[in-house]
Amino acid sequence: MAAAICLVAIFYLLPSLTDNLPSFWKEHLTKEKIHLGLDLQGGTHLVLEVDTDKAVESTLERTTNNLKETLMENKIRFRNLERKKGNIVVEMQEGAPGSALENIIKEHFPDLEIANSETTAGKETATLRFKIKRVAEIKKLAVEQSLETIRNRIDQFGVSEPEIIPEGIDRIIVQLPGVKDTARAKNLIGKTAMLEFKLVDEEHSLDEALKGNIPEGDTIVYGSNQDRETGRRNSVPYLLKNKTLLTGESLESAQVKISDRFGESYVSIKFNQQGAADFERITAENVKKRMAIILDGTVHSAPVIQERIAGGQAQITGSFTIDEAKDLAIVLRAGALPAPVNILEERTVGPSLGQDSIDKGVWSTIIGALLVIVFMAVYYNLSGVAADGALLLNIIILLGALAAFRATLTIPGIAGIVLTIGMAVDANVLIFERIREELRGGKTVRAAVEAGYSRAFATVLDSHVTTLIAALFLFQFGTGPVKGFAVTLSIGIVVSLFTAFYVTRIIFDYFIWNKKIQKLSI
Amino acid sequence: MEIIKKKTNIDFVGSMKLNFALSIITIIISVASVIWHGGLNYGIDFAGGTLVQVKFQQATTTEKLRQTLDAIKLGNSVIQQFSPQEFVIRTPESANDLKGLSAHIEETLNNSYGKGSFEVRRVEVVGPKVGKDLTQKAILAVVFSWVAMLLYIAWRFEFRYGVGGIVALIHDVIICIGALSLFNKEFSLTIVAALLTIIGYSINDTIVVCDRIRENVRKSGKKDLGEVINASINETLSRTILSSLTVFIVVVVLFFLGGEVIHDFAFILLVGVFVGTYSSIFIATPIVLVWERISPSKMRRR
Repeated sequence: MAAAICLVAIFYLLPSLTDNLPSFWKEHLTKEKIHLGLDLQGGTHLVLEVDTDKAVESTLERTTNNLKETLMENKIRFRNLERKKGNIVVEMQEGAPGSALENIIKEHFPDLEIANSETTAGKETATLRFKIKRVAEIKKLAVEQSLETIRNRIDQFGVSEPEIIPEGIDRIIVQLPGVKDTARAKNLIGKTAMLEFKLVDEEHSLDEALKGNIPEGDTIVYGSNQDRETGRRNSVPYLLKNKTLLTGESLESAQVKISDRFGESYVSIKFNQQGAADFERITAENVKKRMAIILDGTVHSAPVIQERIAGGQAQITGSFTIDEAKDLAIVLRAGALPAPVNILEERTVGPSLGQDSIDKGVWSTIIGALLVIVFMAVYYNLSGVAADGALLLNIIILLGALAAFRATLTIPGIAGIVLTIGMAVDANVLIFERIREELRGGKTVRAAVEAGYSRAFATVLDSHVTTLIAALFLFQFGTGPVKGFAVTLSIGIVVSLFTAFYVTRIIFDYFIWNKKIQKLSI
Repeated sequence: MEIIKKKTNIDFVGSMKLNFALSIITIIISVASVIWHGGLNYGIDFAGGTLVQVKFQQATTTEKLRQTLDAIKLGNSVIQQFSPQEFVIRTPESANDLKGLSAHIEETLNNSYGKGSFEVRRVEVVGPKVGKDLTQKAILAVVFSWVAMLLYIAWRFEFRYGVGGIVALIHDVIICIGALSLFNKEFSLTIVAALLTIIGYSINDTIVVCDRIRENVRKSGKKDLGEVINASINETLSRTILSSLTVFIVVVVLFFLGGEVIHDFAFILLVGVFVGTYSSIFIATPIVLVWERISPSKMRRR
């Protein structure tokens, strides 16, 4: 049985050792190498937090606008309707029927509820908010959508074997092995990428608005302009109509193209069917007017609509480097993030440090093992050699198990392997010391070995279990690299129980029963 | 080969008072060190902050690096030098914008030393939220494992052994932290991993001795417990020293060859192996003895 387990372990271990496996092996048997942690192969680990509160806010904002329109359509008069933080405050007109608002809400806005309703001097003021269930729903959806979107973006970025996992209620863990340009990756992930199209208000005065008299239904948005000659960027205000005509959701695709004129990169976007129809209508209605293209709250450009544009294609231009254009196309294709994302934690390891760590780890393991092997052989003579054999087996099975379970090997994980070497011999030390004692006490070789093994078993079990308990806590409470340590230590300890008792016992038994030795070299 | 050939007969129990005194002194030194240093040297894992490890192609000095960082108001960062070309910069701030402080640091270094003249080997940024999280988790892990060990030993042996064991553990952890503080080493997640390992290992030792005591107590019900304990410790001395030795060898290898990340980890393990073995013999068992003198064990009457 021991041989069987050993073979199985070697099976799993082989792919990590050689790259030239015969083809039939690759197809039918396992071909996974030992999975290296980020600290060994280099890469980035990010912990992101989705700002779910903002997601609720923006949904509320949209609902506020919808409510306004619905009330107006139903000719229910109100004096004021605006969103204040997490509530919508509606001031009804004098004499307006009190229940009208309620009816509208019941019929069109089942997610809203009336938190509060006061009537002062004949005017009713109602405070509305989302039902708690809805709030929870929005938050959950925001995280799910963010997860999807980030996954899409990373897929297109081209990282091999990325990992994107949700954690807790509003966190996402992103692991990008082998990433070289961390800044670009972070930018790509964190960009909200909210694309909006709004009309420029050319009827009212921009200056007046800047002084504070913003016409109703308008808003001021800033854009940044890069002076082609000096290369400096300055902030330019635009007076836009508030209503968003189109958003990035209407996009079907986005591609990077290079313009013939200046060799500049730009992004060519294509609307989906509905979006194309809308776009055609909007451009037809507003020929000669300017439409602002807004990205993440900043006006990107505001070209003049020359004519009705059918076919739903448009361009986003403006001094991009090719990388910037590529990234913009990626985020437009993958979609906007429903809520902003904050980076809570970042750990990046460069590939050179990773390789260094692997080298050091391998050396430590080899030298540590060698020292222990020599020591055991010297101190316990041939029995020590038997223990050494068990130790080597231990290491092989340990590594094989790591590959088989697809566990991740990290720097502390290598320390765990080295520590296992030290601790695995402990079991043998216990057994051998016991055997020596029994021999000193006058027992025959057979009896001494028997007694040694059986007496030591309980002790070894206890001590290994406690180390396992400690490793378990480490696994529970630790982060990535520390988890790797807990894993290698645990596996190592369990395997050492097997090798210490089973394997060395077999060796002893062989010599005692088959070779019938009278004296024990211990 | 045998280190301990003849049956030793060291009176461990007799020197109980001396040992307790020694331990208390060491603990006081540890606590004093922590207080004197104004708390532990929390790494960014717990305090939050940014860490950047840079390797320059040409050797440079800490002063020059500090001057460069002054330009972006990071002149107060902790700068550690690993080699003439390799430095670690640590600062408690972590910028709020997505680009992050590390990008700013890179930019300034680019301006000062020239682009491409250095390589960023490692970046770690821990926001304050995560820092708090990790601190909590670490403390819980250590406390829970103490409790778990106590329960396990109480179950396998007797409650008094559990108490002896856990006192030894607490003693070990305090002294290890004291060693950390004395040498002003950084307290990071890997250190917590080392502490937990020591907890697991130290209890190991304690169990071996307690197991022998248990066996001997069963054999010789009437003898004075003190004598039994002494005998047990003497009997297991060989094994105790040996296993500590093998672990010690292995940790020394890690200490010298393991690389920067493992270095501090190995340091704590070294201290822990010593202290753990010491505490199993000189702390855990005397407590059992004292307990016994106050209320005799039921185990002996079997």
